[in-house]
Amino acid sequence: MQPVVTVSGRAYPWGAKNVDTDIIIPAHWLKTTTREGLAKGAFETVRAEPGNLFDDPTYRRAPILIAGENFGCGSSREHAAWALADMGVAAVIAPSFSDIFSGNAFKNGIVPVVLPQEAVDRLVEVARDHPITVDLDTMTVTTPLQDRFSFELDPFRRDCLMQGLDEIGLTLAKDTAISKFEDGTSRARPWISRESGNARIAVESAGRT
Amino acid sequence: MSTRPLTLYEKIWADHVVGRQGDGTCLIYIDRHLVHEVTSPQAFSGLRSAGRSVRRPDLTLAVPDHNLPTTARVDAAGRRLPITDTASADQLAALERNTAEFGIDYIDATAAEQGIVHVVGPEQGFTLPGTTLVCGDSHTSAHGALGALAFGIGTSEVEHVLATQTLLLRQSKTMEIRVDGTLGFGVSAKDVVLAIIGKIGAAGGTGHVIEFTGEVIRALSIEGRLTISNMSIEGGARAGLIAPDETTYAYLKGRPMAPSGDAWDRALAYWRSLPTDAAATYDAVVKLDATDIAPSLTWGTSPEDVVPITGIVPDPDSFADASKRVAARKSLDYMGLEPGTRMQDVAVDNIFIGSCTNSRIEDLRAAAEVVKGRHVADGVRQALIVPGSGLVKRQAESEGLDRIFTEAGFEWREPGCSMCLAMNPDKVPPGQRCASTSNRNFVGRQGPGARTHLMSPAMAAAAAVTGRLTDVRELLGGRVS
Ligand code: SF4
Repeated sequence: MQPVVTVSGRAYPWGAKNVDTDIIIPAHWLKTTTREGLAKGAFETVRAEPGNLFDDPTYRRAPILIAGENFGCGSSREHAAWALADMGVAAVIAPSFSDIFSGNAFKNGIVPVVLPQEAVDRLVEVARDHPITVDLDTMTVTTPLQDRFSFELDPFRRDCLMQGLDEIGLTLAKDTAISKFEDGTSRARPWISRESGNARIAVESAGRT
Repeated sequence: MSTRPLTLYEKIWADHVVGRQGDGTCLIYIDRHLVHEVTSPQAFSGLRSAGRSVRRPDLTLAVPDHNLPTTARVDAAGRRLPITDTASADQLAALERNTAEFGIDYIDATAAEQGIVHVVGPEQGFTLPGTTLVCGDSHTSAHGALGALAFGIGTSEVEHVLATQTLLLRQSKTMEIRVDGTLGFGVSAKDVVLAIIGKIGAAGGTGHVIEFTGEVIRALSIEGRLTISNMSIEGGARAGLIAPDETTYAYLKGRPMAPSGDAWDRALAYWRSLPTDAAATYDAVVKLDATDIAPSLTWGTSPEDVVPITGIVPDPDSFADASKRVAARKSLDYMGLEPGTRMQDVAVDNIFIGSCTNSRIEDLRAAAEVVKGRHVADGVRQALIVPGSGLVKRQAESEGLDRIFTEAGFEWREPGCSMCLAMNPDKVPPGQRCASTSNRNFVGRQGPGARTHLMSPAMAAAAAVTGRLTDVRELLGGRVS
């Protein structure tokens, strides 16, 4: 994952509440084998409306999205985070997020910034004409109009984002502990290991229903 | 060593902690990982782009199910037939490529062992008591029927397990759901789990791992237990466990991936130590009496919207909770139902007997018992039987069940998820009603605008032959001893 320290640029001044994962990426886009390319389906129903924010050239490839409370509610599909990342969104600012979405966002290098409703309202206003900066070093959102809002992040997740560490990389660093656990298992519960490689299991040994 | 009495869940958890962080999060070892085509492609490409490998291919098993059409897969000469939906075909091809590249056992679409991932795991003996088991699918809770701590995960977690064979987790609270007594005539495991969800609500188990206990659970076969733990997630719990017992051991013995010889004896000794200690306590306890459970079904768009078949469509105003009143009104509008209508007066257009909840051999036998000598009613557009695996299909055919179904006007299909989630061509048309043995009656779950009533296989079979929601006990009279 790329380290994220600052996200700076135009922001979609949206502010909509309860944006669910079906709105972010409708179900028929789930038959895909990549994380990329989902920008095409992102906000499909919103974009069907003429004059919508997402097709306004002013905000083309804006790295920030400003939304209302409960952003990312609904199903657990990680495709929602992938669609945003594919659009070039690297930070979402909202008063609250669904737990699952914010977990998925972190895992995909998107900063979920929680700010009070008043701050979000102000940012929606400013973002219509000005860029916005989200800074993980100072933990602030700032604007060229001298606005400055502080936010908080789980320290572990902040580290992951700033250093570009992914959870997998961090767990892999614990390889010694995992190997030790596996050694213990192979003594205490040897039946857990299987002989792999029967790529096509013989029908005759199939067993019973 | 602490001598504090422990629950089954606490014992499995304790045996899988690799490390503990300051904030209480634990690194938990995963013993078994099932993989299917829809939630895995991005996990494999993540591994590939980071240059990582699969840590334990031997603990991983892949099988396609969600997208696969349930029509014939090979032609008369045994050649594989192409899949016309190119997006589905690509996802299926990716699974085949990825498993070959990373050295993972793969059961291909034309193998007799292919089936729904949650049917295949137990059937092959891949699922074992006391193991941690995950899959990128929320109904992984099913495997808890064999005493495995099993739950669904997202795609990034699939990748995490492939690379590290572990997950970062927090321990859940425990909930005992105890069902005592004896089930009445015509009442099945599906009715029990619907009654449980009706009682605790769709969010009732949130934050908990359920353990199902009591005389009714002990008396159930593994098939019936799988039906119950499968729907734990519909009650909000991530996992649902049933303690292993002689029924479990008899079921597992001799299965292809289960231990054998000395390993079996050692495993058995370990498994016998797993059940909850007599003095252990749960964070929450819910009790149900079997005599209160009737053949049941859902009327709305949440699995908690349960009524007995002898009941009526409820009046939204009858709910005490204001948000429930609003939800019920929306549900009835979507379902095209009027309050006060007798459930038995509601006509159905489609029948779906299948899904990881109810597609095993016992389910098909129960449905066949009702269908035998009868015919699908004229008003029914489509009646599908989709066995949970190729082995279930073969077993059913050897018992002549397929003929009972096809002679009655049912379609006898190849195994897969099918009409459970409408990701393959099997869909309920908009506005039509389906008597379904699956597990989710969400808006649009069986296709856009589809209206789902969840019920047991026998009840779905009864609806098929009468063309309306039906009390199966009326059709079973004199047939079942
Ligand atoms: S049958 Fe339905 S619930 Fe079960 S795994 Fe398939 S889609 Fe999920």
